[in-house]
Amino acid sequence: VTIGLAHYLAVGALLFCAGIVTVLARRNAVGVLIGLELILNAANLNLVAFDRFGPTPLRGTVFAIFVLAVAAAEAAVALAIVLNVFDTRDEIDVDEITSLKG
Amino acid sequence: VSALLAALPIPDLTQHLPAILFYAFALLAVASAIAAATAPRIVHAAFGLMAAFLGVAGLYGLLGSDFLALTQIIVYVGGILILIVFGVLLTGRAKSALGLERQKGILPAVTAGTVLLLGLLLSLAGTDFHPKTELAEPPPTTADLGRAFLMPEQYLLPFELVSVFLLLALIGAAYLVRRRREPEPAPGAPAPPPAAEGRAP
Repeated sequence: VTIGLAHYLAVGALLFCAGIVTVLARRNAVGVLIGLELILNAANLNLVAFDRFGPTPLRGTVFAIFVLAVAAAEAAVALAIVLNVFDTRDEIDVDEITSLKG
Repeated sequence: VSALLAALPIPDLTQHLPAILFYAFALLAVASAIAAATAPRIVHAAFGLMAAFLGVAGLYGLLGSDFLALTQIIVYVGGILILIVFGVLLTGRAKSALGLERQKGILPAVTAGTVLLLGLLLSLAGTDFHPKTELAEPPPTTADLGRAFLMPEQYLLPFELVSVFLLLALIGAAYLVRRRREPEPAPGAPAPPPAAEGRAP
Protein backbone atom coordinates (compact mmCIF):
# COMPACT_ATOMS: atom_id res chain seq x y z
CA VAL A 1 0.00 0.00 0.00
CA THR A 2 1.45 3.33 -0.99
CA ILE A 3 0.18 6.42 0.74
CA GLY A 4 -0.01 9.25 -1.75
CA LEU A 5 -1.11 12.83 -1.96
CA ALA A 6 -4.77 11.88 -2.42
CA HIS A 7 -4.84 10.05 0.92
CA TYR A 8 -3.73 13.16 2.79
CA LEU A 9 -6.14 15.36 0.85
CA ALA A 10 -8.99 12.98 1.72
CA VAL A 11 -8.15 13.28 5.41
CA GLY A 12 -8.04 17.05 4.97
CA ALA A 13 -11.46 17.00 3.32
CA LEU A 14 -12.92 14.96 6.17
CA LEU A 15 -11.49 17.32 8.79
CA PHE A 16 -12.74 20.33 6.84
CA CYS A 17 -16.28 18.98 6.63
CA ALA A 18 -16.28 18.08 10.33
CA GLY A 19 -15.30 21.68 11.00
CA ILE A 20 -18.02 23.04 8.72
CA VAL A 21 -20.64 20.91 10.48
CA THR A 22 -19.35 22.14 13.85
CA VAL A 23 -19.53 25.79 12.82
CA LEU A 24 -23.03 25.38 11.42
CA ALA A 25 -24.53 23.24 14.17
CA ARG A 26 -23.15 24.76 17.36
CA ARG A 27 -25.01 27.46 19.20
CA ASN A 28 -22.22 28.10 21.67
CA ALA A 29 -19.79 30.68 20.32
CA VAL A 30 -16.85 28.74 21.76
CA GLY A 31 -18.09 25.70 19.84
CA VAL A 32 -18.03 27.73 16.64
CA LEU A 33 -14.39 28.53 17.41
CA ILE A 34 -13.64 24.83 17.81
CA GLY A 35 -15.03 24.25 14.32
CA LEU A 36 -12.89 27.09 12.95
CA GLU A 37 -9.76 25.51 14.37
CA LEU A 38 -10.67 22.22 12.68
CA ILE A 39 -11.06 24.01 9.35
CA LEU A 40 -7.68 25.73 9.71
CA ASN A 41 -6.05 22.42 10.57
CA ALA A 42 -7.53 20.79 7.48
CA ALA A 43 -6.18 23.59 5.30
CA ASN A 44 -2.77 23.28 6.93
CA LEU A 45 -2.68 19.54 6.37
CA ASN A 46 -3.38 20.10 2.68
CA LEU A 47 -0.61 22.71 2.47
CA VAL A 48 1.95 20.41 4.03
CA ALA A 49 0.88 17.48 1.86
CA PHE A 50 1.20 19.56 -1.31
CA ASP A 51 4.57 20.75 -0.06
CA ARG A 52 5.82 17.19 0.36
CA PHE A 53 4.48 15.85 -2.91
CA GLY A 54 4.85 18.98 -5.00
CA PRO A 55 7.80 20.37 -6.93
CA THR A 56 8.74 23.20 -4.56
CA PRO A 57 9.87 22.01 -1.15
CA LEU A 58 9.49 24.22 1.95
CA ARG A 59 6.96 26.62 0.46
CA GLY A 60 3.88 24.89 1.84
CA THR A 61 5.49 24.41 5.24
CA VAL A 62 6.34 28.11 5.45
CA PHE A 63 2.77 28.98 4.55
CA ALA A 64 1.47 26.53 7.15
CA ILE A 65 3.57 28.22 9.83
CA PHE A 66 2.08 31.59 8.90
CA VAL A 67 -1.40 30.05 9.11
CA LEU A 68 -0.47 28.78 12.57
CA ALA A 69 0.53 32.26 13.73
CA VAL A 70 -2.61 33.83 12.32
CA ALA A 71 -4.72 31.09 13.94
CA ALA A 72 -3.17 31.89 17.31
CA ALA A 73 -4.00 35.58 16.88
CA GLU A 74 -7.51 34.70 15.72
CA ALA A 75 -8.17 32.48 18.73
CA ALA A 76 -6.97 35.15 21.17
CA VAL A 77 -9.04 37.95 19.65
CA ALA A 78 -12.12 35.78 19.12
CA LEU A 79 -12.12 34.58 22.72
CA ALA A 80 -11.66 38.15 23.93
CA ILE A 81 -14.73 39.13 21.91
CA VAL A 82 -16.71 36.15 23.20
CA LEU A 83 -15.82 37.00 26.82
CA ASN A 84 -16.75 40.64 26.26
CA VAL A 85 -20.12 39.69 24.75
CA PHE A 86 -20.71 37.33 27.65
CA ASP A 87 -19.88 40.12 30.11
CA THR A 88 -22.36 42.53 28.58
CA ARG A 89 -25.11 40.19 27.40
CA ASP A 90 -24.74 37.21 29.77
CA GLU A 91 -25.21 35.04 26.69
CA ILE A 92 -22.96 33.39 24.13
CA ASP A 93 -25.65 31.72 22.03
CA VAL A 94 -24.88 32.87 18.49
CA ASP A 95 -28.59 32.70 17.64
CA GLU A 96 -29.45 35.16 20.38
CA ILE A 97 -26.78 37.76 19.73
CA THR A 98 -28.58 39.70 17.03
CA SER A 99 -28.01 43.31 18.06
CA LEU A 100 -26.35 44.13 14.74
CA LYS A 101 -29.15 42.62 12.68
CA GLY A 102 -30.81 45.28 10.53
CA VAL B 1 11.37 -17.85 23.75
CA SER B 2 13.00 -16.45 20.66
CA ALA B 3 12.68 -19.80 18.91
CA LEU B 4 9.00 -19.85 19.83
CA LEU B 5 8.58 -16.32 18.52
CA ALA B 6 10.34 -17.24 15.30
CA ALA B 7 8.02 -20.20 14.86
CA LEU B 8 4.93 -18.05 15.18
CA PRO B 9 3.55 -16.90 11.85
CA ILE B 10 3.88 -13.20 12.52
CA PRO B 11 3.70 -11.38 9.21
CA ASP B 12 6.47 -8.94 8.50
CA LEU B 13 4.73 -5.58 8.61
CA THR B 14 7.85 -3.46 8.29
CA GLN B 15 7.22 -2.45 4.71
CA HIS B 16 3.64 -1.54 5.55
CA LEU B 17 4.63 0.57 8.53
CA PRO B 18 4.11 3.98 6.85
CA ALA B 19 0.64 2.96 5.70
CA ILE B 20 -0.25 1.58 9.14
CA LEU B 21 0.93 4.77 10.84
CA PHE B 22 -0.91 6.90 8.30
CA TYR B 23 -4.19 5.09 8.85
CA ALA B 24 -3.75 5.19 12.62
CA PHE B 25 -3.13 8.95 12.71
CA ALA B 26 -5.81 9.63 10.10
CA LEU B 27 -8.33 7.59 12.07
CA LEU B 28 -7.40 9.44 15.26
CA ALA B 29 -7.74 12.83 13.58
CA VAL B 30 -10.99 12.15 11.74
CA ALA B 31 -12.73 10.27 14.56
CA SER B 32 -11.87 13.00 17.06
CA ALA B 33 -12.92 15.71 14.64
CA ILE B 34 -16.30 14.01 14.28
CA ALA B 35 -16.48 13.73 18.06
CA ALA B 36 -15.67 17.44 18.33
CA ALA B 37 -18.47 18.16 15.88
CA THR B 38 -21.10 16.01 17.57
CA ALA B 39 -20.31 15.96 21.30
CA PRO B 40 -23.28 17.41 23.18
CA ARG B 41 -21.10 19.10 25.77
CA ILE B 42 -18.67 21.77 24.75
CA VAL B 43 -15.92 20.47 27.05
CA HIS B 44 -16.03 17.09 25.34
CA ALA B 45 -15.82 18.85 22.00
CA ALA B 46 -12.69 20.64 23.24
CA PHE B 47 -11.10 17.31 24.16
CA GLY B 48 -12.04 15.88 20.78
CA LEU B 49 -10.34 18.88 19.24
CA MET B 50 -7.20 18.08 21.24
CA ALA B 51 -7.09 14.51 19.92
CA ALA B 52 -7.66 15.81 16.39
CA PHE B 53 -4.71 18.20 16.79
CA LEU B 54 -2.53 15.31 17.93
CA GLY B 55 -3.58 13.16 14.98
CA VAL B 56 -2.80 15.98 12.55
CA ALA B 57 0.56 16.44 14.27
CA GLY B 58 1.30 12.77 13.62
CA LEU B 59 0.40 13.23 9.96
CA TYR B 60 2.80 16.19 9.76
CA GLY B 61 5.49 13.94 11.17
CA LEU B 62 4.76 11.30 8.52
CA LEU B 63 5.02 14.01 5.88
CA GLY B 64 8.52 14.81 7.08
CA SER B 65 7.66 18.14 8.72
CA ASP B 66 8.91 17.34 12.19
CA PHE B 67 9.22 21.02 13.10
CA LEU B 68 5.61 21.67 12.13
CA ALA B 69 4.47 18.58 14.06
CA LEU B 70 6.07 19.88 17.25
CA THR B 71 4.85 23.42 16.61
CA GLN B 72 1.36 22.05 16.12
CA ILE B 73 1.48 20.40 19.54
CA ILE B 74 3.01 23.44 21.25
CA VAL B 75 0.85 26.13 19.67
CA TYR B 76 -2.43 24.33 19.17
CA VAL B 77 -2.58 21.92 22.09
CA GLY B 78 -0.53 24.06 24.45
CA GLY B 79 -1.91 27.45 23.47
CA ILE B 80 -5.10 27.61 21.47
CA LEU B 81 -6.75 24.66 23.19
CA ILE B 82 -5.95 26.11 26.61
CA LEU B 83 -7.52 29.39 25.47
CA ILE B 84 -10.63 27.52 24.34
CA VAL B 85 -10.89 25.60 27.59
CA PHE B 86 -10.57 28.89 29.50
CA GLY B 87 -13.30 30.30 27.28
CA VAL B 88 -15.52 27.34 28.18
CA LEU B 89 -14.68 27.84 31.84
CA LEU B 90 -15.37 31.56 31.91
CA THR B 91 -18.64 31.31 29.99
CA GLY B 92 -19.91 28.28 31.87
CA ARG B 93 -22.80 30.24 33.36
CA ALA B 94 -24.36 30.87 29.97
CA LYS B 95 -27.50 28.96 29.17
CA SER B 96 -26.13 27.54 25.95
CA ALA B 97 -22.94 26.29 27.60
CA LEU B 98 -24.62 23.12 28.78
CA GLY B 99 -27.14 20.84 27.21
CA LEU B 100 -27.65 19.89 23.63
CA GLU B 101 -26.80 22.19 20.83
CA ARG B 102 -29.35 23.76 18.59
CA GLN B 103 -31.99 21.28 17.63
CA LYS B 104 -33.35 22.66 14.40
CA GLY B 105 -29.95 23.41 12.91
CA ILE B 106 -28.34 19.98 13.11
CA LEU B 107 -29.97 18.38 10.12
CA PRO B 108 -29.18 21.18 7.62
CA ALA B 109 -25.65 21.39 9.00
CA VAL B 110 -25.00 17.68 8.59
CA THR B 111 -26.59 17.74 5.14
CA ALA B 112 -24.40 20.63 4.06
CA GLY B 113 -21.30 18.92 5.45
CA THR B 114 -22.09 15.62 3.73
CA VAL B 115 -22.79 17.25 0.37
CA LEU B 116 -19.56 19.23 0.63
CA LEU B 117 -17.61 16.12 1.59
CA LEU B 118 -19.02 14.14 -1.33
CA GLY B 119 -18.17 16.95 -3.71
CA LEU B 120 -14.63 17.21 -2.39
CA LEU B 121 -14.01 13.46 -2.51
CA LEU B 122 -15.48 13.15 -6.01
CA SER B 123 -13.31 15.94 -7.33
CA LEU B 124 -10.36 14.35 -5.55
CA ALA B 125 -11.04 11.00 -7.19
CA GLY B 126 -11.33 12.66 -10.59
CA THR B 127 -8.06 14.57 -10.38
CA ASP B 128 -4.70 13.38 -11.54
CA PHE B 129 -2.15 15.15 -9.42
CA HIS B 130 0.90 13.99 -11.40
CA PRO B 131 2.76 13.30 -8.19
CA LYS B 132 6.48 13.11 -8.44
CA THR B 133 7.46 9.47 -8.39
CA GLU B 134 10.51 10.29 -6.31
CA LEU B 135 9.94 12.31 -3.20
CA ALA B 136 12.63 14.67 -2.05
CA GLU B 137 14.64 12.37 0.20
CA PRO B 138 15.40 13.34 2.82
CA PRO B 139 12.74 16.02 3.31
CA PRO B 140 13.86 19.57 4.08
CA THR B 141 15.14 19.85 7.59
CA THR B 142 14.37 22.38 10.28
CA ALA B 143 17.67 24.09 9.48
CA ASP B 144 16.49 24.62 5.88
CA LEU B 145 13.28 26.06 7.24
CA GLY B 146 15.12 28.45 9.54
CA ARG B 147 17.37 29.58 6.71
CA ALA B 148 14.32 30.22 4.51
CA PHE B 149 12.81 32.38 7.25
CA LEU B 150 15.94 34.43 7.81
CA MET B 151 16.94 35.06 4.19
CA PRO B 152 15.97 38.60 3.17
CA GLU B 153 15.23 37.40 -0.35
CA GLN B 154 12.94 34.67 0.97
CA TYR B 155 10.60 35.01 3.93
CA LEU B 156 12.30 37.49 6.27
CA LEU B 157 9.83 40.33 5.71
CA PRO B 158 6.67 38.20 6.12
CA PHE B 159 8.26 36.61 9.18
CA GLU B 160 8.84 39.97 10.86
CA LEU B 161 5.42 41.24 9.80
CA VAL B 162 3.64 38.25 11.26
CA SER B 163 5.46 38.68 14.55
CA VAL B 164 4.31 42.30 14.77
CA PHE B 165 0.83 41.17 13.77
CA LEU B 166 0.77 38.58 16.53
CA LEU B 167 1.94 41.13 19.09
CA LEU B 168 -0.76 43.60 18.01
CA ALA B 169 -3.44 40.91 18.13
CA LEU B 170 -2.44 39.85 21.64
CA ILE B 171 -2.36 43.47 22.89
CA GLY B 172 -5.76 44.02 21.29
CA ALA B 173 -7.15 40.89 22.93
CA ALA B 174 -5.85 41.95 26.33
CA TYR B 175 -7.35 45.42 25.79
CA LEU B 176 -10.72 43.93 24.85
CA VAL B 177 -11.06 41.83 27.98
CA ARG B 178 -9.74 44.38 30.47
CA ARG B 179 -12.02 44.97 33.40
CA ARG B 180 -13.51 48.43 33.27
CA ARG B 181 -13.35 50.48 36.43
CA GLU B 182 -16.71 50.71 38.16
CA PRO B 183 -18.09 54.26 38.02
CA GLU B 184 -17.74 56.19 41.25
CA PRO B 185 -21.02 56.21 43.18
CA ALA B 186 -22.62 59.63 43.29
CA PRO B 187 -22.34 61.37 46.66
CA GLY B 188 -25.40 60.73 48.76
CA ALA B 189 -26.37 57.71 46.74
CA PRO B 190 -26.84 54.52 48.69
CA ALA B 191 -23.92 52.20 48.75
CA PRO B 192 -24.13 49.68 45.91
CA PRO B 193 -25.21 46.23 46.99
CA PRO B 194 -22.33 43.80 47.20
CA ALA B 195 -23.52 41.96 44.12
CA ALA B 196 -20.12 41.87 42.50
CA GLU B 197 -18.64 39.91 45.36
CA GLY B 198 -18.84 36.61 43.52
CA ARG B 199 -16.46 37.74 40.80
CA ALA B 200 -12.85 37.00 41.25
CA PRO B 201 -10.69 40.10 40.86
